[in-house]
Amino acid sequence: MATEFILPELGENIESADVVEVLVSVGDSVEVDDPILEIETDKASFEVPSTVKGVIKELRVSAGEVAKVGQVVMVIEESEGAAKEEAPEDDAPSSAEPSAQEERQDSDEQEEGQAEQEEPEAATATAVSEAPTESRGQVDLNREPEPPAEEPSSNGTSSGARQLVPAAPSTRRLAREIGVNIQQVKGTGPSGRISIEDVKNHAKKLLSGAGAPAAAASAPAAASVPVVTLPDFSKFGETKREKMSNVRRATANQMHLNWSTIPQVTQFDKADITDLEALRKQLNKRRAEGEAKLTVTAILLKVLASALKKFPQFNASIDMANEEVVYKDYFNVGVAVDTDRGLLVPVVRDVDSRNVKQLAQDLNEIAEKARNKKIRPEDFQGSCITISNLGGIGGVGFTPIVNSPEVAILGVSRASMEPVYHDETFYARLMMPICLSYDHRLIDGADAARFLRWVCEALENPALLAFEG
Amino acid sequence: MTEADVVVIGAGPGGYAAAFMAADLGLKTLTIDKEENPGGACLYRGCIPSKALLHAAKVINEAREASHIGISFGQPQIDVNRLAEWKREVVGQLTGGLGQLRKARDVQHIQGTARFVDNHTLEVEGHEGPVKFKHAILATGSRPVVPGPLAIDSKKVMTSTEALELEDIPGSLLVIGGGYIGLELGTVYASLGSKVTVVEMMDGLLPGADRDLVRVLSKNVHSMMHEVLLGTRVVEMVETMNGIKVTLDPAREETFDKVLISVGRRPNTENLGLENTKIELDGHGFVKCDAQGRTGESHIFAIGDISGQPMLAHRATHQGRLAAEVIHGSKAVFEPHAIPAVVFTDPELAWAGITEGEAKEQGVPHKVARFPWAASGRSLTLGRTDGLTKLILDPESERILGVGIVGPGAGELIAEGTLAIEMAATAEDLSLTIHAHPTLSETVMETADVFFGNSTHMAGRRPARK
Repeated sequence: MATEFILPELGENIESADVVEVLVSVGDSVEVDDPILEIETDKASFEVPSTVKGVIKELRVSAGEVAKVGQVVMVIEESEGAAKEEAPEDDAPSSAEPSAQEERQDSDEQEEGQAEQEEPEAATATAVSEAPTESRGQVDLNREPEPPAEEPSSNGTSSGARQLVPAAPSTRRLAREIGVNIQQVKGTGPSGRISIEDVKNHAKKLLSGAGAPAAAASAPAAASVPVVTLPDFSKFGETKREKMSNVRRATANQMHLNWSTIPQVTQFDKADITDLEALRKQLNKRRAEGEAKLTVTAILLKVLASALKKFPQFNASIDMANEEVVYKDYFNVGVAVDTDRGLLVPVVRDVDSRNVKQLAQDLNEIAEKARNKKIRPEDFQGSCITISNLGGIGGVGFTPIVNSPEVAILGVSRASMEPVYHDETFYARLMMPICLSYDHRLIDGADAARFLRWVCEALENPALLAFEG
Repeated sequence: MTEADVVVIGAGPGGYAAAFMAADLGLKTLTIDKEENPGGACLYRGCIPSKALLHAAKVINEAREASHIGISFGQPQIDVNRLAEWKREVVGQLTGGLGQLRKARDVQHIQGTARFVDNHTLEVEGHEGPVKFKHAILATGSRPVVPGPLAIDSKKVMTSTEALELEDIPGSLLVIGGGYIGLELGTVYASLGSKVTVVEMMDGLLPGADRDLVRVLSKNVHSMMHEVLLGTRVVEMVETMNGIKVTLDPAREETFDKVLISVGRRPNTENLGLENTKIELDGHGFVKCDAQGRTGESHIFAIGDISGQPMLAHRATHQGRLAAEVIHGSKAVFEPHAIPAVVFTDPELAWAGITEGEAKEQGVPHKVARFPWAASGRSLTLGRTDGLTKLILDPESERILGVGIVGPGAGELIAEGTLAIEMAATAEDLSLTIHAHPTLSETVMETADVFFGNSTHMAGRRPARK
């Protein structure tokens, strides 16, 4: 039977993705988990694996297009003759189509029969059953129910201040069911009232791609970079224009948000890593085949875990809307990675419960994934503080920008031998310049100085890591 | 072993509605509740018995007021036992009917109290073997709160539960708490002949409701009650030979035959075995859940009073039906624009959507239009002039954001306001909808006219108040 392969959920708040490459052609055979599409969202590119075994029958997207989550991207003729029942979706209009309302009524009669003989079959409905808008007759009780299109913040009991969408309950419900964010629907009624027709038209527009660029553009952040009027460069010489990549656009938006919302200050210090380097080199010699190399960044991950525990205001976010500080009881660190697509910041998780060796491994894997486009959107989420290590390139210091909603970022520059005056003598010591940009709304200068000193001292006494880390 | 697609724990108005919906959607459904028949606190110890007794109060009061229009009945003879029996009949009829509806839907029922053993298994006291479920809906409701200093062991101190049993009519009754429960039950006992004193800690009755509405109600409350003491705390209560000796702050001492404590309700979230699941509670004992009602265990839902404020039966019913639909695969979420609140005093007081107080507090741009019922023909024919209908509107779109009504029948009238808010109706929509004459519902239409400054029955052109 033919299965319509639908672009699956890609992660929180992600509604569409650029198709970078279609990895199969009509007539190709695919196995389950074979990559069939390469797509790119704002920060991540990754391959979409097939969920069925079969032969590609039809391609509905091509490279360069924008695909919506839930859109049919290809049709796969399932092989193996596995005596599956025809999925009811086959004849029905494609599930994301806005006519779901009528369909719902029509399918009422079949519903009972289906619901009863449902369970085993529904699991085999493959990609289709994961579509955001399955027909209501299809229920698989073993499956976790679908989460709502966008997760509302609290337990939904508050009323009042939140924005009331000018749409009737039936219209709001329809939008939820077909995966349309009603906040984005333009109402054509008096005072902007949104009708069922408006929701359907909006869905149609999204499906035909017309609305997609707008949706994609609004995805990264509400803060759009202010537009500066540019001079006519041709007066001065030749120019050429290039479209911003998704990564560049996301970086621009995020940096603008960080810069314009966080009053930040940078603190500088130097850590004597002579002993640490000796230890690191010694341990690296002893490392087993295939083990990741211990790096300064991996050690810093461990040091930061302890530092965040010691200074909880650095593992926090500011909620100005509620005038509250959010303290986090988890320890994830973002690590800035330089890739050929630009700056990416994947997150190393639970650094407090991993040892340095494991962290080196984690770091290696995630950086590798980021460079090879294997990374998923969720790999960029949930970081508490960020490290940017430019030591490999050089430089004596820089002022990194705090990555909102975090409140601090640690920057590392190149270590060099310096004369250090001690007990009336100069010693040659390996000194590493290190800096900390912090959100001055939450963190006072003295605390930042203490935090950075603590980090330096931890680096200077590597034995402490073993005892306290 | 017992198995079900959906187990509903607690069969109040949230739980039974959820169970019925789940069954109607073709899911194998089971309810667990202490009672044999569905109903919960609402039917057995809350909304329904209190409304039955308030009906009796209304009959008494209207008969007395009828002397103004030339009809006198004399002193009413009150047979408390018969009244209590009639109330039990009402409750019995409703809960029995629900029991039949449950049977007709093939919903299984286990009588007892349930505890989670793990996130897919329950044990029920008095029931053999575990109950396995694919999904569960927690709907265990709430119970009256008795703050520590007021918790004395005495039959003369009641919560709403005992007060609704109507054991006797005390000569004097102290009602602690001027919220809706205290005022409703105070009205019942005052009408039946008790000398009722109401104490309220805050400096107004019905905290949360708009003051202009409460003012209309307060007049009647003050004349019906022996005394209303605002900004007053109960410091101590001691049982004596003659009743309950109560010390109040500001300093005062008085003895009452009985005391009713109605200072609030707390969610029933103890002893459920939640520690055997990932379900979490917040600081007030409410179950943490998202807008679909999903708890820390995404296949277990929490609805009704245990899921947060406002603790109202109709909110629970809506949430319960929604949870069943979500289990069945719907992506819907709980996103009402308005949850009506009704106080069944005389006159009734009701509101839906944003209140004027909330709009001010939250800085929501708004205009308010008011229509006093003295200008309503229907109100005068009922022998009443006390009443007020108000609309809170968005000045830009003229959309209805909130509706407040005080007056006889306000509880029924608020439905139009709730619908208007949900449908995103504008003032013009209300104004252009023909309302039957003579009815109190015309006041809703005329309030919209007041907003435009052209109400037929309000003297002069009054532009909407800022």
